[in-house]
Amino acid sequence: MADWEAAGFGVYVHWPFCLAKCPYCDFNSHVWREEDQSAWADALETELAHMRALTGPRVAETLFFGGGTPSLMEARVVGRLVEAVDRLWGLAPGAEVTLEANPTSVEAGRFRDCAAAGVNRVSMGVQALNDADLKALGRMHSAAEARAAFGVAREAFERVSFDLIYARMGQTAADWEAELAEALEMAVDHLSLYQLTIEPGTRFAEMHARGRLPVPADDAAAEMYEVTQAVTAAAGMPAYEISNHARPGAESRHNLVYWRYGDFAGAGPGAHGRLTLPGGRIGTSTRRDPAGWMAAVAAEGHAVEAEEALSREDQAAEYLLMSMRLVEGADLTRFAALGGKLDAGAVADAVASGRLERQDGRLRATASGRIVLNRLLADLLA
Amino acid sequence: MTDLSHIRNFSIVAHIDHGKSTLADRLIQATGTVTEREMKEQMLDTMDIERERGITIKAQTVRLIYKAEDGREYTLNLIDTPGHVDFTYEVSRSMRAVEGSLLVVDASQGVEAQTLANVYQAIDADHEIVPVLNKIDLPAAEPERVAEQIEDVIGIDASDAVLISAKTGLGIEKVLEAVVQRLPAPKGDADAPLKAMLVDSWYDAYLGVVVLVRVMDGVLKKGDRIRMMQTGAAYQVDRVGVFTPKMLPTDILRPGEIGFLTASIKQVRDTRVGDTVTHERKPCAKPLPGFKPAQPVVFCGLFPVDNNDFEALREAIEKLALNDASFSHEMETSAALGFGFRCGFLGLLHLEVIRDRLEREYDIDLITTAPSVVYMIHMTDGEVRELHNPADMPEVTKIDRIEEPWIKATILVPDEFLGDVLKLCQDRRGIQLELTYAGARAMVVYRLPLNEVVFDFYDRLKSVTKGYASFDYQMDGYEAGNLVKMQILVNDEPVDALSTIVHRDKAESRGRTMCEKLKELIPQHMFKVPIQAAIGGRIIARETISALRKDVTAKCYGGDVTRKRKLLEKQKAGKKKMRQFGKVDIPQEAFINALKMDG
Repeated sequence: MADWEAAGFGVYVHWPFCLAKCPYCDFNSHVWREEDQSAWADALETELAHMRALTGPRVAETLFFGGGTPSLMEARVVGRLVEAVDRLWGLAPGAEVTLEANPTSVEAGRFRDCAAAGVNRVSMGVQALNDADLKALGRMHSAAEARAAFGVAREAFERVSFDLIYARMGQTAADWEAELAEALEMAVDHLSLYQLTIEPGTRFAEMHARGRLPVPADDAAAEMYEVTQAVTAAAGMPAYEISNHARPGAESRHNLVYWRYGDFAGAGPGAHGRLTLPGGRIGTSTRRDPAGWMAAVAAEGHAVEAEEALSREDQAAEYLLMSMRLVEGADLTRFAALGGKLDAGAVADAVASGRLERQDGRLRATASGRIVLNRLLADLLA
Repeated sequence: MTDLSHIRNFSIVAHIDHGKSTLADRLIQATGTVTEREMKEQMLDTMDIERERGITIKAQTVRLIYKAEDGREYTLNLIDTPGHVDFTYEVSRSMRAVEGSLLVVDASQGVEAQTLANVYQAIDADHEIVPVLNKIDLPAAEPERVAEQIEDVIGIDASDAVLISAKTGLGIEKVLEAVVQRLPAPKGDADAPLKAMLVDSWYDAYLGVVVLVRVMDGVLKKGDRIRMMQTGAAYQVDRVGVFTPKMLPTDILRPGEIGFLTASIKQVRDTRVGDTVTHERKPCAKPLPGFKPAQPVVFCGLFPVDNNDFEALREAIEKLALNDASFSHEMETSAALGFGFRCGFLGLLHLEVIRDRLEREYDIDLITTAPSVVYMIHMTDGEVRELHNPADMPEVTKIDRIEEPWIKATILVPDEFLGDVLKLCQDRRGIQLELTYAGARAMVVYRLPLNEVVFDFYDRLKSVTKGYASFDYQMDGYEAGNLVKMQILVNDEPVDALSTIVHRDKAESRGRTMCEKLKELIPQHMFKVPIQAAIGGRIIARETISALRKDVTAKCYGGDVTRKRKLLEKQKAGKKKMRQFGKVDIPQEAFINALKMDG
């Protein structure tokens, strides 16, 4: 069995447009300028066909529309792409089809049509539950609008989740605990809770460098993380990944493909893929700028600009760094089969200090290990 | 006397970045000394490090043939001198080898510290000085103001300053004419016994040691038997020639000429800068005055980050030592760092240059330990030991007294910064000897313990005076001091490589500064790391690095895998550059940066 089969195969489609660029976001997103949606649907379909030619026949267990703001896609475009994936690979029975959405009334108006087009899960970027903070985050919706849109989504889709950002400017652990309680009232069975990260190249990074972004210090942010672990667990929605919480069985299956280091095909500007081909595993990435991507697809049928052959050492490192994000941790048999090696001393130290658990052939980071996972991984990897 | 009226010997005095090397290049080009094809930028600075730092470490020389406006052909010898306080002695020798200097000043920046230090050397050597104002093509150029400044600050006539742009080539002919018309020809007697100054020397893989000489009197020929008057060693001359700047054999060097000789000399340390070269059979009566043997005054340990690199380090150090007599080395073992070398240098820049070359040319990652001076330990049994390394300090009960080296430092500084300079010297246990004024500039002479100066005194001086101070020093004997060994404990374990010897009165503040520095320099760990300074068993300062609370990527999906893996690889590479002490990783730069004091 090839390594990826332990985690499955999913398809990712990147829609690179937003109505405005959020000041914290370093994803590949561009401001929407009345693009021709049919032309985009054609081009995305063309690149998906190229990916299908690479992978050969497989069944897609998940499909994810990410962005950007894919809820800006017309429902007929979503429908065409769902059909294309089904035609090219075949969607497994009960496949998870997720759409990232912004909680505005415009988008909510399309939810029923999107559901009819095959979307069965929505992940909504709510980000905060008060208007002042939403404004500071550069969001275009109000808290009330978000609640209303989420209500519509609950009616329209089988599964719904939303995102919040915490450790925001001026936020205290007490503020966050209160907001989290509200969020848990609102949530169904899945929540993504991200600590605000200042990413280089963003407007926030610029403000931060000039001392104009009073984000909580690491100690306070760490405390908020601990609060998050305790409160969500008590509410029956414990963390299953660093920033993702769900009732058992309600995890995002598409994201599990990433974190369990499965294969995934990525189409659209700046989309990445991991594909196991007869010659070995490769990483793919496509051109990031929408116009350049369009031109490349028109000329060559795809816009893949980098295909990186992944050595076994690379794969072992990637498997470890992705799987250790999960509460279930890494399967050491799989890691060893990829040729991965651990620093035994570092493992012993981390186990002794309670940051790591080793059990039943698996290695797991505990809650106190996950908050320092980057450092832990650098120590662990021999 | 021999007719030397067609020769001019000169050097260029300038601050870093004021265009010394560019001007030298233009002079070489303008006289057609090298073809366009051979020309590469900054002909004379051959070492990478020299080019990068814009400093000259070894004296370089070039002979230019110039047909002047008077219709005669002149031989112009340019010596490019080192330009840093560590190499003051070398500069003074180079200056004695020529009769005049071009003082190059950036017409937009004006006179700066290094210019002063070197121009005073030129004045000491009785040079005729031609002021040259460079970069006059820049919009910010203020040649009149800068000329006035030269007159005020240095006290030489700048009314005839030559205005040039070395970058565009503007005014280069005028510089050559000024050299011919305004600088004196050398004097010398071809019939007198040979008297030549050894200006510099370096190792060449094909020729052995190449010696740069200035002939004062007499004639040096291929095949001559020569003697070095200071070392007493005798050699047969294999080659004699000049630099164009390539080596060109001429078989003869006459009075007033500057050129090279080779004589199957195996090691650079057999040649001493400032030594007098004469004939074995018919020697000159007296050697040239002012010779000083090179003596390392700063010592530090150099250890490979990776212990497996020790042999490579040994080879590299031996190769470098071939070409640099002023640098000494002996093997050293450290409990914390393993095998390495204790090395002696002329000063801190010299140390940095050697370390950079080892890292760059030989690709060895190094840990440099805290620099230290040479202490004289007088034992209770009457024995006197030289101490190069704080780690070798004998048991306190067996020590009668410790003597430390002192220097006499001369500092020239614009009035407005005088207060800061006095405070700096006072803070470093200085004793004021003299304070005089010359216009808007003050000259202060201080006695200072070398161990207070050796580390970052020069950096501090530059910083408190915005670069406007010049500094020179000479050794001024040994004196007993209340000195103690201070240890640094990281996570309760002593790190021998961070031990220093300090004056008792300074120990607390130094210990506090070091602990604070190390707190910044050592990355957070997953546990608390205490850092302590101790004398004997007594803790005198303490800081704690708090445990790492948070280091995680909040959001990581498929698109980030490659980026995150590369980040992880980078993190691991960074870790390899650190040294583990117990469970604590200490970055290599911490060993030297911990000693820098900001106040």
